[in-house]
Amino acid sequence: MNSIMPFEWILATRFMREARMQTLLIMSGVALGVSVIVFISALIGGLQTNLFRRTLDFQAQIVILPPKEVSRSLRQAGNGKLATLVQPRAQRIQSVDQWQKIMKRVEKMKSVEVVSPVVSGSGFIVRGEANKAISLTGIEPDTYLQLIALRNSIIAGTPNISSTDILVGSDLAKDLGVWTGDKLNLQTASGGTATLIIRGIFDFGNSGANSRSVFIALRTAQSLLNLSGGVTSVQLNLDAPFTAETVAQSIQAQTGLEVESWIAANAQFFSALEAQSMSNNVIRFFVGLTAALGIASVLVVSVVQKSKAIGILRATGTSRRQILRLFLLQGALTGLMGSLLGAGAGWLFLTVWRNVAINDDGTQLFPITFDPMLFVYAAVGATLVGILAALFPALQAARLDPAVAIRG
Amino acid sequence: MVDSNAITLQLKDIRKAYNIGLPAETEILHGIDLIIKRGEFVALIGPSGSGKSTLLNLIGLLDKPTSGELFITGQATTQLQDRELTMLRAKSIGFVFQFHNLLPEFTALENVMLPMLAARGRPDEAIGVRAAELIEQVGLTSVGKHMSNNLSGGQQQRVAIARALVMQPALVLADEPTGNLDTQSADTIFDLLRRVNQTSNTSFIIVTHDPRLAKRCDRIIELVDGRIDSDKPNVAES
Ligand SMILES: Nc1ncnc2c1ncn2[C@@H]1O[C@H](COP(=O)(O)OP(=O)(O)O)[C@@H](O)[C@H]1O
Ligand SMILES: [Mg+2]
Repeated sequence: MNSIMPFEWILATRFMREARMQTLLIMSGVALGVSVIVFISALIGGLQTNLFRRTLDFQAQIVILPPKEVSRSLRQAGNGKLATLVQPRAQRIQSVDQWQKIMKRVEKMKSVEVVSPVVSGSGFIVRGEANKAISLTGIEPDTYLQLIALRNSIIAGTPNISSTDILVGSDLAKDLGVWTGDKLNLQTASGGTATLIIRGIFDFGNSGANSRSVFIALRTAQSLLNLSGGVTSVQLNLDAPFTAETVAQSIQAQTGLEVESWIAANAQFFSALEAQSMSNNVIRFFVGLTAALGIASVLVVSVVQKSKAIGILRATGTSRRQILRLFLLQGALTGLMGSLLGAGAGWLFLTVWRNVAINDDGTQLFPITFDPMLFVYAAVGATLVGILAALFPALQAARLDPAVAIRG
Repeated sequence: MVDSNAITLQLKDIRKAYNIGLPAETEILHGIDLIIKRGEFVALIGPSGSGKSTLLNLIGLLDKPTSGELFITGQATTQLQDRELTMLRAKSIGFVFQFHNLLPEFTALENVMLPMLAARGRPDEAIGVRAAELIEQVGLTSVGKHMSNNLSGGQQQRVAIARALVMQPALVLADEPTGNLDTQSADTIFDLLRRVNQTSNTSFIIVTHDPRLAKRCDRIIELVDGRIDSDKPNVAES
């Protein structure tokens, strides 16, 4: 006993060491629970991070649009009569008023990383007999390529386009039987027409986008859509994507324009993720509860088994408080050691998983996140669970009447 | 009459009842008055069920009397809270029981250290030195590092005596300490207790069924049906 551990620690560790089988079993139980939590959390965390990344790869975090044209209210102010129902106006391409000014203003905001003007509209490509409807996006490559991961999606050519260039999706290229260097004729409903050279082919991993989207220079789009000098939206990214909704609201308040964040645009996606996080929490809760019940039941039995020893300890100068701490400590140590074992096992399993669950091209089938804090949380959480679980048995032990315990 | 300094233990009209308020209520001790002086070596005898263990537990502050007052080295105890009782017990009282005296998870030496550890909170060198001293005093230096459940019954009782003495208590309470030992081991234990008593001012109350051993004490108190039936000095010994 040449240790520097306090009295209760000496007793707790010795009791646990001597009750080898019980200790081993309950710790394995806790470890198993913790490793399940670690693994599931890493997996879900990885999936979510990946989903966020994929979403943000093809979408600006914030899009500033012209104010929505509000249909007049049914009841005209002042005049008490019912107004005739006003039809929503026919969709006409609208540009953002004074977009350069707005861009300057937004660029000055601290959290803004990149701002880019965008013109979007629809048109069709005419090639021989074929006539394909497309949605065209006019961009300024310098900034737009920072906004969206277009560069990584290019499978042929380059995304750096000038006013006579066009980027088309892989499916569209296949449908039309064209490749980089070929020419395409682009027309719009407003009568604009241009002949453009295919500078690059992209693959967004989505056949809708691959067969319908094209990118052209901002200026070219402006003239095709008859927008002279206007843009249909100003798009931007922040350094913290999850603050997008707040920032969007403040821009909307400042400019009176329609401002949409990727969070609002993907509300459904976010609520699905929330449900996923919720089920992860439910799993954690029940694993924790199971561990707590396991620890508690082992300790309840231990208090009964050790009642003579408790009586002897009390007779030889051990206080109620010390007995209480002795059993709380056993709960805490069981939780802590079990969680360390479990975190280790979880780590091992994750490492194996990373090397086994991979696609043919070497990328991960299910990407996972290795958040070291997860292990800290698991250890702290399991220790707390252990203490809580030990509370009832510890109180029982502390309340034990030493006279009765010794008489046995 | 007596120097109050010299009084180790005083009981005034101590009563103990069990199952209070229930139909099964029974009073086990019916008003015990008793004074034990410093250094006295007392035998407590009496038929089984007469209340000897109950009395010893009350004196050892393991249990509370239903009424009456109990003084340990002059301090009144019936109003004390658990914390104070524990401190007083740790400082003033050493216990030796008949069975299951030691913690089987610890060695003989460690068992002797436990009361000091409990009092001080963590180990230090003095505790080890003191425990080794006492283990030597009870003649067990060679088995000090053995796990306590590997020792013979007689050895275990000697370890228990060493543990009872480690805090230098004013009073040692031994409840049939030789009850399950053979005559020779019983004699060894008794000799040991007697020797410690003669070299210190510690008082002893020893419950025994063995008249041979009782006759070697200074004073013999006989308990019958929860009352002190007789209390006389043992002339032959003193
Ligand atoms: N917790 C208890 N509840 C009820 N009766 C008890 C309790 N403890 C002891 N007794 C009774 O008290 C009496 C005295 O017991 P005890 O002090 O052990 O006697 P002794 O030690 O002299 O043999 C016995 O009749 C016993 O049954
Ligand atoms: Mg008895």
